[in-house]
Amino acid sequence: MTPDRLAALVDVGLLAQALLGALAVLFAVVVPRRVRNAASGSALVAVGVAGAITGVAALLGAPAAGLRIPLALPLAGPMDPMLLAPDRLGAVFMAIAGMVVALSALFGIGYAHGAAASRTGWTAFAVFAVGLQFVPAAADAVTFLLAWELMAGGSTVLLLADHAVREPVRRATLWYAVMTHLSFLLLLTGFGILAAAAGGTSWATMAGAGLGGPVAGVAFVLLTAGFATKAGLVPVHVWLPRAHPEAPSHMSAAMSAAMVKMGVYGIMMVVLRLLPEGPRWWAVLLIALGAGSALYGILQASVQSDLKRLLAYSTTENVGLVVAAVGIGVLLRDSGQDGVAGVAFLAALLLAVSHAAFKTVLFLGAGSVLHATGERDLDLLGGLASRMPWTATAFGIGAMGAAALPVTSGFVAEWALLQALVHADARADRLVAVVMPVTMAVVALTVGLGLLTFVKALGIGFLARPRTRAAADAHEAGITMRAALAVGSLLVLALGLAPGPVSVALAGAVPAGGVSTVAGTGLVLDAVGVVLHPVGLTLLLLAILVPLVVVNVVLARRHPRRDVGLAWGSGGERTSPRMEYNATSYAEPLVRVFGSSLQATRSVEVVRHEQSPLLVSQVAFTQETVDVVEERIYLPAARRAERFGDLARTVQNGSIHRYVGFSFAALVVVLVVLALW
Amino acid sequence: MIEAVGLDSGVIDSVLVIVTQLVLAIAVTPLLIGVMRTTRARLEGRVGGGIGQPWRDVAKLLSKEPLRAPGSTPVLTTAPILLVASSLLLCALVPLVSTLALASVPGDLFVVVSVLLLGTVALALLGLESGTAFGGMGSSRHMTIAALVEPTVLLSIYALSVPTGTSALASIVQARKLDPTSLLNPVSLLSIVALVVVVIAETGRLPVDNPSTHLELTMVHEAMILESGGRDLGWLEFGSWLRLTALLGLVVNLAMPWGVAADAAPLGLLVGLVTITAKLLVTGALLAAAEVFMAKLRLFRVPELLAGSFVLAFLSVSASYLVF
Repeated sequence: MTPDRLAALVDVGLLAQALLGALAVLFAVVVPRRVRNAASGSALVAVGVAGAITGVAALLGAPAAGLRIPLALPLAGPMDPMLLAPDRLGAVFMAIAGMVVALSALFGIGYAHGAAASRTGWTAFAVFAVGLQFVPAAADAVTFLLAWELMAGGSTVLLLADHAVREPVRRATLWYAVMTHLSFLLLLTGFGILAAAAGGTSWATMAGAGLGGPVAGVAFVLLTAGFATKAGLVPVHVWLPRAHPEAPSHMSAAMSAAMVKMGVYGIMMVVLRLLPEGPRWWAVLLIALGAGSALYGILQASVQSDLKRLLAYSTTENVGLVVAAVGIGVLLRDSGQDGVAGVAFLAALLLAVSHAAFKTVLFLGAGSVLHATGERDLDLLGGLASRMPWTATAFGIGAMGAAALPVTSGFVAEWALLQALVHADARADRLVAVVMPVTMAVVALTVGLGLLTFVKALGIGFLARPRTRAAADAHEAGITMRAALAVGSLLVLALGLAPGPVSVALAGAVPAGGVSTVAGTGLVLDAVGVVLHPVGLTLLLLAILVPLVVVNVVLARRHPRRDVGLAWGSGGERTSPRMEYNATSYAEPLVRVFGSSLQATRSVEVVRHEQSPLLVSQVAFTQETVDVVEERIYLPAARRAERFGDLARTVQNGSIHRYVGFSFAALVVVLVVLALW
Repeated sequence: MIEAVGLDSGVIDSVLVIVTQLVLAIAVTPLLIGVMRTTRARLEGRVGGGIGQPWRDVAKLLSKEPLRAPGSTPVLTTAPILLVASSLLLCALVPLVSTLALASVPGDLFVVVSVLLLGTVALALLGLESGTAFGGMGSSRHMTIAALVEPTVLLSIYALSVPTGTSALASIVQARKLDPTSLLNPVSLLSIVALVVVVIAETGRLPVDNPSTHLELTMVHEAMILESGGRDLGWLEFGSWLRLTALLGLVVNLAMPWGVAADAAPLGLLVGLVTITAKLLVTGALLAAAEVFMAKLRLFRVPELLAGSFVLAFLSVSASYLVF
């Protein structure tokens, strides 16, 4: 298709998303309960697919005219018309959001139950989905914030779904609502400053004003803080490990894989489009924020035994890596190495796309496990691979992606990031010389710990023998759930096998030159002179693997494998499944090594036999790791706020006389001020 | 800048190199293990099983039937094969005999490390699959060590790559061969020492792990493969030995790049084969001799060793900016 046809497609697609979203709401409200999941879910799949197509069209085509929103707000300053018209960067994130929404809605058709399958539940999902997909399409601050609030509002309502069944849901929603509004306030202030300084609310006006100096600095800090809160970066990540586990699983997938990406989109938009001339301390701030989040996130993830909480912390890690890559790009751009900077920006987008793919699969896989067993505590699972082979395979592929193993999307993305780090010329620039090796070490440790985390999640959850009755009775997920898992894991593999075409398309969204493909699928980064050809690597592996398998089959013919009821079990009888290593014990060496940053508290309770104190009848061991950031920053702040609130009580004691007195005093003050003016 | 993959002479040459390296790895690995075990036995005053014993062990194990417990997953059967395949792929990608690499799949540092990790993960999952306390324990320790080793691996080779400006291992080895003065500068020495620690940790040698122990609480590698038997165990043993060959071969070629061929000419390949075999066997014997005088570190002291090697690697990166 020609660029102009694609641009027209974008306009149609934007309208289609809004209309299909309205259709989903309509279905949710009027269709009877029995078919509500199917009707509303299918409409949302269509919304997602429309979003993905629009995103791809906007990425490849000419700039579209966009969709005008005929709405005039009584603002104090000058206001540009409200417009939905994604630029290339926005298009990437719109495609990500659309893909994730489509997959999670498809999964939701089979998964949604209880309050998530109610009228409110599906309506909230539809509002959330449309808001999510319109955030990156917004071409001005007012539309952006409007879509942002639709996204926040819809997700908050859906997060509350299980509040009547589980108490932690309410607390999680409270944390989420507070943090998301903090984020909104910061963004409002940040954009307000930019709009006032530039004299207009549209991105084009703000970018055209060429802002710099302290105004830009203040706006950058406010916006970064706001977007970091949405993206779940340390230290404003606290809502993530609470909200993701408690939300219905298809919603967790959409929140983790797509919604937090909007924070990333915001940061990239600010440093690439609105304020592209940022000084180097911005870069250092972004790198510190990103690398710190990556390390802290994966460290916390590695010691979690709640599967969804583990995935939530791993989201902090992945988003941290994206932001670190953006920071690296900004730093290198500032030191004049545009080629390598482009590779870093490309790596950021690849990381974002890849995370969207594998994290959707992982959260949906966790949802499938939760659906089948009612458990999300790894310590109580096990043996699921033989009971739910589809889920296990999909989760395995997702875990490989998260652990950045070849040939998955995660590997390609981290490879690009590491190439940017290695090829930065650090000899001329002292700051670069310090930042690059430190970042590289952090990324490497993150990769290592990520490997451990996902081996743990996969191995403890799906391999060996079931640890509980619930896990032993697990059943495979329904057809729509399996379809969503299969499509998601195919995406992870496709991105890993053919990174070339995807990267060429993505390179158009950020200033990244010299990206081309080799042999149709491989990726060549001319700026740093490296090539990655996963298909070649796979063929080489197959060339080695096939003879091995042949030898193995020949040997197996001669001496077939024998099934024995009593396998080794360390030379003796096969012991009880309670003797298996579980998730807590798996992370034990790590808790020792990183003791001071994880702050694990352990308690061992020994119950003695009543006949003799020398005989032990029961030993109970519990271990809890606390989120140090939450403990040290948030809880004291909350206590302070409460104490301040108590102070107000001395003024407001409920006496009507006193309030009348206050009104009178206020009136007098106003009159006096007016008289003296 | 990089030609499309076609069957031109360059590809044939690199395929020749890869086949040579694979043959070398399969032939020399049991010999290397045999030399190491014999050295150790002689120094300890034992006779030992002889240099050919590892060959006989693997052959015997491969022709025995493996057992399977009910409810076990395909991981049990596929992990051993995957370990061998990933180790062989490692041997194919690392410049052992010649620095000529396949144009489309160059022995890029990050690709090589990820292939190494593929084997690591296969082993760790196998340990968990066994469903016993020992398997999980070994797997957990193995992954912890792998995670802590990771930064050192990347940083130390990063330091060596700074002067050449590329992350392809073959180019690094080639550049070091052409400029022998670079072998003795502090950057090079520091990162080689760091790499040696890495190899020891990744291949489970003393003082990180004792390859010949079956003392339950100190096992790492042996604990993971405790439940495997017969053919599975044969593959597992062979795969782990191949990792040693690949990693040790990489370090000796980085430290002493002489004799490594630059192309696929028959004479060069022959010289490369002979030198790498000699280098491997001598280093292996030295490593085994050093192990005799060493006790295994307590598991929770291992992170200190790894942190030390990380500091060395970091120092070498910093120094590389000053030197070059």
